[in-house]
Amino acid sequence: MDSDFIELDGVEKVFDVRRRTGFLRRERREVRAVDGISFRVPRGEMVGYIGPNGAGKSTTIKMLTGILTPSGGRLRVAGIDPSRERTKLAHRIGVVFGQRTTLWWDLPLRDSYRLMHRMYRIPDSRFRENLDRCVELLDLAELLDVPVRQLSLGQRMRGDIAAALLHDPEVLYLDEPTIGLDVISKAKVRGFLRELNAERSTTVLLTTHDLTDIEQLCDRVMVIDHGRLVYDGALAGLHEVGESERTLVVDLEREMPPIELASDLAVRVVRVEGPRQWLAFPASASAAPLVARLAAEHPLVDLSVREPDIEAVIAKMYAADPSRQAV
Amino acid sequence: MAEAEVEAGAGRRDVADPGAWREDAFAGRSRLLEGVRAYGLIVAMWMRSTMAYRASFVMTTVGNFVATAFDFVTIMLMFTHVDALGGYTLPEIALLYGASATAFGLSDLLLGSVERLGRRVRDGTLDTLLVRPVPVLAQVAADRFALRRLGRITQGLLVLGYALVTLDIAWTPLKVVMLPLMVLSGAAVFGAVFVAGAAFQFFAQDASEVQNAFTYGGTTVLQYPPSIFAKELVRGVTFVVPLAFVSWLPALYVLGRDYPLGLPGWVAFLPPVVAALCWALASLAWRTGLRAYRSTGS
Repeated sequence: MDSDFIELDGVEKVFDVRRRTGFLRRERREVRAVDGISFRVPRGEMVGYIGPNGAGKSTTIKMLTGILTPSGGRLRVAGIDPSRERTKLAHRIGVVFGQRTTLWWDLPLRDSYRLMHRMYRIPDSRFRENLDRCVELLDLAELLDVPVRQLSLGQRMRGDIAAALLHDPEVLYLDEPTIGLDVISKAKVRGFLRELNAERSTTVLLTTHDLTDIEQLCDRVMVIDHGRLVYDGALAGLHEVGESERTLVVDLEREMPPIELASDLAVRVVRVEGPRQWLAFPASASAAPLVARLAAEHPLVDLSVREPDIEAVIAKMYAADPSRQAV
Repeated sequence: MAEAEVEAGAGRRDVADPGAWREDAFAGRSRLLEGVRAYGLIVAMWMRSTMAYRASFVMTTVGNFVATAFDFVTIMLMFTHVDALGGYTLPEIALLYGASATAFGLSDLLLGSVERLGRRVRDGTLDTLLVRPVPVLAQVAADRFALRRLGRITQGLLVLGYALVTLDIAWTPLKVVMLPLMVLSGAAVFGAVFVAGAAFQFFAQDASEVQNAFTYGGTTVLQYPPSIFAKELVRGVTFVVPLAFVSWLPALYVLGRDYPLGLPGWVAFLPPVVAALCWALASLAWRTGLRAYRSTGS
């Protein structure tokens, strides 16, 4: 049971999409949002679940929480069939939707937490302990009496994460937990999740667009595309498969020929446009020595680093191995 | 062997799983009672938050009262020109109006929030209710519980009181029982219509207007005696949407009047049965709607 805490066997979700094609005519189309996914997650693991928009990430999360009923396959979380025993499962899971809050919009955070306390029948001592811990680690003390609608996105996200953890869930699902957050909020959220997983061995499954989330949090990453699992393994392996690269965008004082650096740095110019040049370097390498060298040898005005996006990694994965359709 | 394993397992859970209390929190509770409890918890929270701004609460409630009171003032103005409407005097109409307005006010207060369901489906916030361990209907119904709706109930009760003071009714025990029976059953019927209308919004998210035609429209129809409306409309109201049970038939019984459509005398005592039937249908509709939502996600 502990090694199969979350089990999916050939899980499918098929939507019937009706599109208006004329005044009364409608076209019916079948969309296979999740097309036969199987995986196991042992208790205490932290897994990244990534893929481009519309790949089926959110649909999978919705089936794992019992919001959506699968069209086929077998699905168990902690031995419970989520769609059949939704409310029973709800006591054991925590869910954070990055795009919408589970808190009560017009009420102060404190009121939402108090309601969770009663609704989940959390024993007083556990509630106080969990809340104190979240307030401290997520820096919520000054936000408790602020109505949720007045919180910034980062503050609200921290408030949401706390709300999802008050009832000691065994598994935490996070759907895009760092979307739209500033750097400081992102770091705080990531640090908190790391600690939660280390101390409580809470199982964490998170979807994200930000590869840095995965890099800093997850040992294992699953990539989903067109409803199918296309990669399941370590992040390092994904970089290998996808040869993922970061891009350094450099603004020079004037137009110059493509920059050439000493060969010990694996970098190449991919694009030149007036005084601006794009340099690609391996995602696993540090940008610091590269930037130092550039600044020393070229008239720099400005620069920025772009992280590889999931879409690019997946595109490269396909390019590297066209036979890779499903694992 | 098996026993030892169980023991070891239990021991480990006590130590390693601080959330072991969860099992007790869930074990064998009735969904209905859980729903009522959750409703109460959420309502209490909204009331606390309303009472934090007492002046604002008083003003919105008075506003709600005045706005609904104008309704009856219109009827009173009509009676400055005529002595009877469809054969009914002002106090008799006040009885119909008061009973219906009170019943509607009650259900609007307790369940009116469910009509926001369509918006929740559209913006996706319904999902956040589905991950909580309590029934969705209780959460939707208690959401933004608006205590200011007491204003409408107050107005209805005042009109009802006026009717009872002015009318010369030959009271019998049955007629005395009939009054609360008709108001409560009426509230239940309106509530069922609210829930069924919300269930319909799982399929068509703009359906709250259709539902308003039945609830707000229904209460307007019921505030006048049946004889001023066309016969077909009366039949529709009686049988299709049994809102007539909200006030007409019981009120006609209290007034000692003839029933429309030649209905037999005992129909005046059907309201609780009709209310129960409406709730059975409404909860079926709700379950169907929620199941459809969970299979399509939209």
